[in-house]
Amino acid sequence: MKPGKGLAVVAAALAGVLALSACGGGEAKEEGPASLRMTVWSANEAHLKLFNEIADEYRKSHKDVAEIKFDPLPFENYTTTLTTQIAGGNAPDLAWVFENSAPDFVASGALLPLDDTLKKADGYQYDDLSPATLKLWQNGGKLYAYPFSTSPFGVFVNTDLLKKAGQKTPAELISAGQWTWDNALAAAGATQQATGKAGLVIRDFDYKGWDNLSTFWTGWGAQAWSEDGKTCGFASPEMVDAMTTLHKAIFTTKALPGPGTTADFFAGDAAMTVTQISRASLLKDGGFGWDLVPLPAGPKGPYAVVGQAGIGVMKKSPHAKQAADFLAFLTNPTNSAKLAQFFPPPRQSQLTAETLAKTNPKLKPEQLQKVVIDGITNGVVKPSHAGQAELSQQVRAGLDPLWKPDADVKAVLDGVCAKIQPLLAK
Amino acid sequence: MTQTDTRVGPAAAGPAPGPARPFWTSRRRDQLTGYLFVAPQLLGSAVFVILPLVLVVWYSLHEWNVLAGTFDFVGTDNYAALADDPNLGAVLRATGLFSVGLVVLNLGLALLLAVLLNQKLRGTILFRTLFFSPVVVSLVAWTIVWGFLLQDNGGINGLLDTLGVDGPNWLRGEGTAMLSVIVVQVFKNVGLNMVLFLAALQGVPAELYEAAEVDGASRMRQFWRITVPLISPTILLTSIITVVGSLQVFAQIAVLTQGGPGTSTTVLVYYLYQQAFQFHHFGYGATLSIVLFAIVLALTVLQWQMRKRWVFHES
Repeated sequence: MKPGKGLAVVAAALAGVLALSACGGGEAKEEGPASLRMTVWSANEAHLKLFNEIADEYRKSHKDVAEIKFDPLPFENYTTTLTTQIAGGNAPDLAWVFENSAPDFVASGALLPLDDTLKKADGYQYDDLSPATLKLWQNGGKLYAYPFSTSPFGVFVNTDLLKKAGQKTPAELISAGQWTWDNALAAAGATQQATGKAGLVIRDFDYKGWDNLSTFWTGWGAQAWSEDGKTCGFASPEMVDAMTTLHKAIFTTKALPGPGTTADFFAGDAAMTVTQISRASLLKDGGFGWDLVPLPAGPKGPYAVVGQAGIGVMKKSPHAKQAADFLAFLTNPTNSAKLAQFFPPPRQSQLTAETLAKTNPKLKPEQLQKVVIDGITNGVVKPSHAGQAELSQQVRAGLDPLWKPDADVKAVLDGVCAKIQPLLAK
Repeated sequence: MTQTDTRVGPAAAGPAPGPARPFWTSRRRDQLTGYLFVAPQLLGSAVFVILPLVLVVWYSLHEWNVLAGTFDFVGTDNYAALADDPNLGAVLRATGLFSVGLVVLNLGLALLLAVLLNQKLRGTILFRTLFFSPVVVSLVAWTIVWGFLLQDNGGINGLLDTLGVDGPNWLRGEGTAMLSVIVVQVFKNVGLNMVLFLAALQGVPAELYEAAEVDGASRMRQFWRITVPLISPTILLTSIITVVGSLQVFAQIAVLTQGGPGTSTTVLVYYLYQQAFQFHHFGYGATLSIVLFAIVLALTVLQWQMRKRWVFHES
């Protein structure tokens, strides 16, 4: 008769539901053929088609793997989405990792060491992998992710738009030995004036993704932080010079579209864009006339910047072994050559204009040699640091006052260092 | 229902000897029925409200690194870290600014619109629909469209340009970014408060105005002395809903400004999202959400307590 008894019944029912919901989050060791899932940033049809072809081929000879699914996550929030999936107990088996979160992922212990699997794989030729490309993905002598794409930044050029504005094309400037940032920005500003379209777009920067600006300031010899990652580089004289030039290009000569203005090069809205060659797949046949050239020289001379992405296997995956085995297949010499059309491989034997040209119908051997091969050999990797997300947020907030016409460049950059130095020193 | 049940129960077999009374008395059956009726709702809130709430408290006592898969008890360290957080002051300021701006503009505009639409004029139905329609539009879609309109070369500045005004870069200026986010949110939800106010206004007996008119009270005096007191319960309701909603703003910030420029629009919910999901400090993120919970609770209790001072029927 006591209401307490009824409550006890309800409480017991609740406890049952809670127990059930708790069980749902657990990872059960599955029997039978495995289903693998790999998160990727690209939703590009051509990329996914190639991935799926390689996966289908793998499944033919590996009956223990029933399905391999490539799960594209939006580029802008890629790492956040991935870590949210991991936190929610829904981690993928394989994950694409960007260079800016490489230190965090590699040091965390979340990824499975790959050396043994890769070295043992049939015909893998592990020694062919360029040591320079492996550096970012190693910790304590172990490799935690395969440097799947080492993609140099280049300048895609809309030659139609430049010609319409009566400007020299970068190819002409290069042969005259005048391909410098000064000339590139002048041409961009003039094209903007003449056509009303954007001049030069540093892709994915959009006044937030500041690490893409390293494609610019490296020409001045500037860097976000020192090699050891402990000292802020934003207040250096080189950085102040670089950013002063950039500020002038945005607000005075209008060579770059201002904050809050979007212009997509691949839709024909801009004369030039700085981006990685993996974006060549966005070029449409029968669109505008285009070219791909190396980054212009800065005051310190010619230079190159590369972005890197690795593929790692999540250690906690119930199918980590199969996942690592598939990764070895995905990146073996044969498949690496196929993937090279979008994602420049770390294999030295394949980094020749000839090999790359076979799978890169859109790019000429000369472009491949100048932008891709020279870029990978000499390139500086985009900034990366442990705890990059927090650092990145502080730098973004610190740089915001710079994106106004009357900004005091030196003061803003000093402010950035004041914000991030305590984080770097940690 | 109950009658039929008692007949088929063991009690129907005749009076049982001594204290051995049947378990399923009609009262117990009624109780069970009642519990079963509330069970779906109770289970839902247990799983989706109470359990997460308890877990958040639990997480806030831990250092949780998702990548490394570590989950270490740190006691009240995360709470102590609140005092040392160099950003928290700016975040709370931004949150306060957003809430005050939103509540004042939203309630003010909603009441104004409701009073206007309560007049017997032509076209009120059209305007009512017009102002209410954003309420049913998807929040993210609404915000993305406004994001385009507020661009430097977007629709708003284009419009201003035709009037000869050089509009600011709305989402990139420290002051204008906050203002933009507030206004986008006001237009999104003002319709809901407007409809609530309108319903309340139509519930005010007409004879009170007639009597006031006979007494020679001006329209303004009628509004302050009759309308406001009689709709004050609705004002209380809308202000509680709006204050609580304003403290939980997230999508608009994430879509429009990502907390920038600087940290000028980094409100508490966005900041805790950054800490947890971007910087991987899940423990500290959980601690911030406890702070948010405490603020919402305190403000709601305060408003509830204050109602006796000004809400009609409550004093």
